[in-house]
Amino acid sequence: MLITTPNLTKPDESYARLIATHDGLDEAESHALNARLILILMNHIGNDAVLAEAMDLARNPKKGAA
Amino acid sequence: MKYDVPERYTLAFRLYPYAKSPDQDAATPARHKAIVVGGGPVGLAIALDLGKRGVPVVLLDDHEGAGLGSRALCFAKRTLEICDRLGAAAPMLAKGVQWNLGKVFHDDRLLYEFNLLPEGGHAFPAFINLQQPWFEKFLHDAIVAAQAQGAPIELRGKNRVDAVIPAEDHVTVEVMTPDGPYRLEADWLIACDGARSPLRTMMGLGFDGRVFEDNFLIADVKMKADFPTERWFWFEPHFKSGDSALLHKQPDDIWRIDFQLGWNIDRAKEMEPARIRARVDAMLGPDVEYELDWSSIYTFQCRRMEKFRHGRVLFAGDAAHQVSPFGARGANSGIQDVDNLAWKLALVLDGTAPESLLDSYDAERVYGADENILNSTRATDFITPKTGVSKMFRNAVLQLAETVPFARTVVNSGRLSMPCTYDGSALNGPDHPDMPARTRPGSPCPDAPLGDGWLLARLGRGFTLLAIGAEVPDRLIAHGLAVPRLLLEPTPEITSRYLGGAKGAVYLIRPDQHVAARWDRFDDTEVAAAMTRAIGKG
Ligand SMILES: Cc1cc2nc3c(=O)[nH]c(=O)nc-3n(C[C@H](O)[C@H](O)[C@H](O)COP(=O)(O)OP(=O)(O)OC[C@H]3O[C@@H](n4cnc5c(N)ncnc54)[C@H](O)[C@@H]3O)c2cc1C
Repeated sequence: MLITTPNLTKPDESYARLIATHDGLDEAESHALNARLILILMNHIGNDAVLAEAMDLARNPKKGAA
Repeated sequence: MKYDVPERYTLAFRLYPYAKSPDQDAATPARHKAIVVGGGPVGLAIALDLGKRGVPVVLLDDHEGAGLGSRALCFAKRTLEICDRLGAAAPMLAKGVQWNLGKVFHDDRLLYEFNLLPEGGHAFPAFINLQQPWFEKFLHDAIVAAQAQGAPIELRGKNRVDAVIPAEDHVTVEVMTPDGPYRLEADWLIACDGARSPLRTMMGLGFDGRVFEDNFLIADVKMKADFPTERWFWFEPHFKSGDSALLHKQPDDIWRIDFQLGWNIDRAKEMEPARIRARVDAMLGPDVEYELDWSSIYTFQCRRMEKFRHGRVLFAGDAAHQVSPFGARGANSGIQDVDNLAWKLALVLDGTAPESLLDSYDAERVYGADENILNSTRATDFITPKTGVSKMFRNAVLQLAETVPFARTVVNSGRLSMPCTYDGSALNGPDHPDMPARTRPGSPCPDAPLGDGWLLARLGRGFTLLAIGAEVPDRLIAHGLAVPRLLLEPTPEITSRYLGGAKGAVYLIRPDQHVAARWDRFDDTEVAAAMTRAIGKG
C-alpha cells in the first residue's frame, strides 16, 4: 500500500536537498539525474503493487491516493 | 506441359529431393492421417515426433531441404532436451558451440556478466549456438534414422501447397509439383509454413501485433579469433558501428555480428560489402583478418494468430507466432509447440483422447506465445527506446548498472528463452504446497542426475509416474495407456527440485515431460482422475 500520509522525517531538509542536488546541472543533466533517482527509489520500494500505485498517482494527481 | 516449383531461396543442404508419389496419379485424392506443411525446424520436428509415435505423416515443402542464411543461432536447453527425446540432440551438441556466459557493455565499459545456468546437474547446457541449416539437417538425419526403424514419415520436396479447403472432418490441399498439381486429404493438417504462412493467408486469418521501427544488420564473419565463447552485447558501442551490437560465436570459426542501424536507412547502400566491412573493422580493430560469410538486414515484429487451432488445421511455429530475435525465442518456442502438440494429436488419432484435447494445445501454446512476445517486446523496447524519455531511463539504467547491482536486473539485452510453465491449464491436476514451486503442475520437468545418466532421458514416450519415498504400483493402466513408474532416490538434486519439504512425492508426468499433477502419496482414484484431466476428458 502506497503511503500518502506524511512520512518524511524531515520534509524541508529532504526537499531542499532534492533541489540542491540539481545545482549547477543543465536541463538535460537534471533530467538524467531525476531518472537515476527514480530508479534508485524504485528499487528501494521494491514492491510492484506499491510502485503501480505511485505511478498512477503521479500520472493522475487529481485522483488522490487510490 | 512443364510445371515449375521455383526456389525462393538457396539451399544449404538438399535433404529430400523431389520424387513422384503414387498419390499424384490417384483417381481420388489419397487420404492421410496427418499432413505437415513446411519443412523448417518446426515442421521437421513435428513430423519426427508424430512418426516416432507411430502416426503416419506426410510433410510437404516447396523446397528440397534447409535454406542457407543467417537465422536462428541460439538453441536453448529445453530445445535440446526435446530433441534428445526425438533422438536428434547428440550431433547438435557435438557440433554446436556451448555457452552459458554473457557480458553486457555500455560504450567501452563492461557493465556486468551473467551466467544462464548457475546450477549444475543438467544433461544439457543453457544454450548451444548452431546455424539453423545444421539444426534442420540433424532433425532430418533423425527422421532418416527413424524411417529405418519403421517410423511412417514421408517427406515430399518441391511440393508446394497452393490451396487449402477445410471441411468438418478433414482438410483438402492442392499441391503443385514439377509433374503438375494434385490433391491430398488429411484428417489433420499442421501448418508450419513460416512467418509469412501462405496457409494462414489462404484461410483469411489475421496475424496482428507490432512492427519495430528498426533495422538490424546481421554479418556472419569467418575468422580465427580468440574471443571467448560468450555472448557479448554492447549498448551504444564505442566503435560506433550501430546503436547496439552483438558478438556471438558459431561453429566452424564463424561469428555472428549484429548491428542496430535505426529506422530510416538506405538498405541497398547498407548492404554494400565495403560498408559492412567498415562497420566490422571498427568493431574488431584494424588487424583482425576475416571473411564475410553472409549478411542480411532484418526488421522485426512481435505478433500472433488469435487461435492456433482452426478446426482440423493446427498452426505451429512462426506461422502461428513471431517474435523479435532478442531472447532467441523463435525456433525455440516452435519446438515447444511441437512438444505440446505431437502427443495430443497422437492420442486423438488413436481414439484415446477427445478432439477437444487439441484445444488445450491452443490454450497452452497461446499462453506460451504471449509470454515470449511480452519478453521479446520488452527487450526490443529497451534496446530500441521509442521516445526521448524512454531513452533517458534506458541510459540511466545502463549508467547505474556499472556500479549498482540492482540496475543490472533491469538491463535487458534479451531475456533468453526459457520453457513455459502452463499455469492454470485445464489439463493440470492437484498441486501439493510443500513441494518446490518450479515443479508445480504445468512446469517442464527440470533434469537431474540419475544413476550414471539423467532423469529426462528415463522418462518414456507416454505418461510416467515418478515416485520419491512413496509406494506406487509397478504397473498402472489408465484409459488403455500404460503408465510406467520411475522410482527416484532423494539425491540433493531430486530433493531440491522435486521433493521440497514433503515426506514423499508422486508426480504424474505428461508425455511432453510437463508435470500434470503431484501428491505426497499414491492414491489410485486421484491418479486416475488426474489422467482423465490430462487427456482432456476431465
Ligand atoms: C536474424 C534472425 C535470427 C534468429 N535467431 C534465432 C535464435 O537464435 N533462436 C531461435 O530460436 N530462433 C531464432 N530466429 C527465429 C527462427 O529462425 C524461426 O523462428 C524459425 O525458422 C521458425 O521455424 P518454422 O519451421 O516455424 O518456419 P520456417 O523456418 O520459416 O519454415 C517454413 C517452411 O515452410 C515452407 N513453405 C512456405 N510456404 C510453403 C508452401 N506454400 N508449401 C510448402 N511449403 C511451404 C518454407 O519453404 C520453409 O521451409 C531468428 C530469426 C531471424 C530472422
